[in-house]
Amino acid sequence: MSTTTLAWIVLLCPLVGTIVIGAGFKVLKGSAAGVIGTAAIGLSFAFAIATLISLLGHDPQHRELTSSVWDYARTLNIDARMNILVDPLSVFMLLVVTGVSTLIHLYSVAYMESDRGYTRFFAYLNFFVFSMLLLVLAGNFVLLIAGWAFVGAASYILISFWYRRTTATRAGLKAFVINVVGDVGLVLGTFFIFGHTGTVDLIKTFHLVPHVFPHSNNADLVAGCLLLLVGAFAKSAQVPLHTWLPDAMEGPTPVSALIHAATMVTAGVYLIARMHSLFEAAPAAADVGAIVGGATLLIAASIGLVATDLKRVIAYSTMSQIGYMVMAVSVGAYSAGLYHLMTHAFFKALLFMAAGSLISAMGGVQSLDRMGGFRKAMPFTFAMFIIGGLALSGLPPFSGWLSKDDIIGFLDHRGGGFLLLGIVGYTGALLTAIYTFRMIFRAFFGQPVKEAQELADGHLHHVDVPRNPATDEVEDIDVGFPGSAHHIAERAVPMKVAMSGLAVLALIGGAAQIPGVDHALSSFLDTTFADSTIIRQEPSTSAAWIGLVIGAGIALAGIGIAYVVWIARPGTSAKLIERFAPVHTFLINKWYFDELIEFLIVRPALWFGRFCETVIERVFVAGVITGGTVSIIRAGGALVRRAQTGFVRYYAAVVVAGITLTALYFLLTSS
Amino acid sequence: MAIGWYLVVSALIFVIGAAGVLTRRNPLVILLCLELMLNAANLALVAFARLHGREDGQIFALIVLVVAACEVTVGLGLIVAMYRRGLPIDVDELNELNG
Repeated sequence: MSTTTLAWIVLLCPLVGTIVIGAGFKVLKGSAAGVIGTAAIGLSFAFAIATLISLLGHDPQHRELTSSVWDYARTLNIDARMNILVDPLSVFMLLVVTGVSTLIHLYSVAYMESDRGYTRFFAYLNFFVFSMLLLVLAGNFVLLIAGWAFVGAASYILISFWYRRTTATRAGLKAFVINVVGDVGLVLGTFFIFGHTGTVDLIKTFHLVPHVFPHSNNADLVAGCLLLLVGAFAKSAQVPLHTWLPDAMEGPTPVSALIHAATMVTAGVYLIARMHSLFEAAPAAADVGAIVGGATLLIAASIGLVATDLKRVIAYSTMSQIGYMVMAVSVGAYSAGLYHLMTHAFFKALLFMAAGSLISAMGGVQSLDRMGGFRKAMPFTFAMFIIGGLALSGLPPFSGWLSKDDIIGFLDHRGGGFLLLGIVGYTGALLTAIYTFRMIFRAFFGQPVKEAQELADGHLHHVDVPRNPATDEVEDIDVGFPGSAHHIAERAVPMKVAMSGLAVLALIGGAAQIPGVDHALSSFLDTTFADSTIIRQEPSTSAAWIGLVIGAGIALAGIGIAYVVWIARPGTSAKLIERFAPVHTFLINKWYFDELIEFLIVRPALWFGRFCETVIERVFVAGVITGGTVSIIRAGGALVRRAQTGFVRYYAAVVVAGITLTALYFLLTSS
Repeated sequence: MAIGWYLVVSALIFVIGAAGVLTRRNPLVILLCLELMLNAANLALVAFARLHGREDGQIFALIVLVVAACEVTVGLGLIVAMYRRGLPIDVDELNELNG
């Protein structure tokens, strides 16, 4: 089979999975839906590997393949087709998405077992994977936008999966609205670019850029790229369009692992990497991307230091890590950014899975304040948390160490203002190590809590009355709420297998690219970025290794600080909070971004809506337009109503009189 | 050929029928008067056909007969229904359908 045929099959598998599970939801009993869903994605992954092998069979210069099945619209200037673009970048994304998805599907088979919406869950999850694959395979802007919107919709339905939880539905709405802001940005940006190039095909657009925009920083191109960035920021939760991501943790934990850590939120990174030809012709826009990425990574990491909800700490960490990636692909470190995307997908999905297991052991409680001492009771989950945490902090030899410092090394090498971003990156790395180990020390060390003791005695804690962890509202276990039983990795084989797989990847995933040893990833991706001028400026091997050593030192320092504050001298953190109370309040309120958006956008919009309702709707529409028409018709009706007496002979008389008069008229005029 | 007298008779019958429809209150009589009006029209049609020497008018008269038969069926059916329901057999009493 040809390479593109294989890629089509990769795209088709999850779609078939969705349809089969969705259509057969009444027939599928037990874990059948989970098995079908996992098999569909596993098959998709197998075909993704086949696509990779087939693509490697091509000459490096000819690894940019397109395939079209049908045309949507082909007129003078539009060439929208159902076509895919198979090149190293899209195949790389295929592998990451399908690979991580397979493991998370496997995890969900056990984790969601007692949930009444089990079948629905897998139908949604398969739909999400299909949307994501459509996004990364899209060969033109139209399909890209379609995939982009599908992914947003999938995210919305999965955040609101427990639809009887008011907090979950509200979080879903928030995510959807902010994502639509991004969709609008993407569409408008496409218009700006399409207006000049006259094609929606991606490859043609990239080839046309040097001819259409011969000078750097063409105003229209910069505007278009900035609008594309709005799309990327909304999808990838970058400041100021990030507030939906922490709230998205209302969804089931596998959803957080798959969508809000490993795949969907990296779509913005993919978009910038995919559009690198445009961004390199518009360095002003690229700089904006880099600065926003840097700002996000610091802001998110600082909030992660004080957040007490376990999943939200990891969510802020995700925002922060995506900040690194956005920064990397904006400054031209494409392979480094994508490398970090891959390793982050591994260790962040792993952390979320471990967090899910821990939350299960707590009977659904997510607050770090109530956890502690789980080290003995949950040795496997603890080990997974440590592996994920070390990879996230960037300690050798874990994958995060190599990938993060690849980005920072590139920034340092470019010098100038980029050096400043490099320092931001190192600061972020320090914060990352601190909040990661704050989380681990608080959850696993110290005095075992009641739940941990119960578990150590061999009994999984079970709450009789389930409550919403955010609001403490009483819930039931029917459809629309989480199921009755909780599952921990220690007792569920599928969860254990999935987590072990990711742990191995988080350990050895860094082997894809080691300075001076191998550069498999960057040379593979080279075809996609062949036209880039920046990518050649890579740091020397020795400089890269110095960066790696500094990175490792910073990670160790961060872990050391966390150890001192939360283990060696308990109570230090309380003292710190007391001492820096205003800072703590500021951080715990998430830098007041929600309030800022509320004040700047939501309030004016509400005010405008109310104005429209009271003035335009009531006075103008209801009063003048509708009211006027109604009274005219009513007056006319009252006038003619008198003619309708109900007497048949009266009607007959009117008819006879009418005909007689008409006849008389014609008689008189004809003579 | 002079058709004046035919038309005069036709007009007379039509006016008699129209006057009956307008003045009588018994639906049965109104129906009969309607028949008179239709047949007056038929007479005029046949007379004109004869005048022009063509058969169009005669065929048209036949079609009017068919329509008249249908109309009588419906009309009689209504009257029978009115009788069966114990409604007054008087068109002036049946005036509920007013504005």
